[in-house]
Amino acid sequence: MAMTTSGTATVSLPTDTQILITREFAAPRRLVYKAWTTPELVQRWWHANRGEMTTCEIDFRVGGTWRYVMVTPDGLEVAFHGEYREIVPNERLVSTEVYEGIPDAEAHAALDTLTLTEIDGRTTLTILVEHPTKEGRDMHINSGMEDGMQDAMDLLEQVAVSLG
Amino acid sequence: MNDLVAQLGLAQPQVSKHLRVLREVGAVDVRESGRQRLYRLNGNALKPIHDWVKEYERTWSERFDQLDVVLEDLMEKEEDDGNDD
Repeated sequence: MAMTTSGTATVSLPTDTQILITREFAAPRRLVYKAWTTPELVQRWWHANRGEMTTCEIDFRVGGTWRYVMVTPDGLEVAFHGEYREIVPNERLVSTEVYEGIPDAEAHAALDTLTLTEIDGRTTLTILVEHPTKEGRDMHINSGMEDGMQDAMDLLEQVAVSLG
Repeated sequence: MNDLVAQLGLAQPQVSKHLRVLREVGAVDVRESGRQRLYRLNGNALKPIHDWVKEYERTWSERFDQLDVVLEDLMEKEEDDGNDD
């Protein structure tokens, strides 16, 4: 994949229950970490131009919780929350992630591991999202879209069944 | 096949099994060349999965583009402050 100056997010599915997100930034990792963990800064980027971030709570300590809420232009509220499990400043952040928009949300909590590595002042960011089930993982990816889902699922199912 | 075995670090029978499954669902094509079997990725068969993940990927791309702007601001601010964070 071509790398432009502003970089491109790369999403892959290493296993049936995982999502791996990777992106490079033209900034040292302590600043990426700061932008990731400071509420006033998170509020400026997390919305992804999909709406307005109305809540950004970060109780930044192991065992502390976070909650992000965004409201889309057509009034849809999208909310996530979780708990910090491991904090290694500037390097690694492990937390749970619950998408509040699905039934039995807590049971589908994912475990997110953020890793920051710095080379020559540039930072590679990876987020490994691990779900307890494949269904939960698929719902996570599918949040906000329906098209193309069925074809993909048919193909994946064929592969899975044949390997079983 | 030998290339794949070497790159994946898996045993040859395992690689064969995966390739057979991928061939059955049309994700790879195979052709014989002398004693070798050459496998080729079939992009069309993988497109539905690519499309499915793409929208999710786009959300993250836009999120990261916003984060770029925040990082630029932080770096400018550090320069102004004499680089003490």
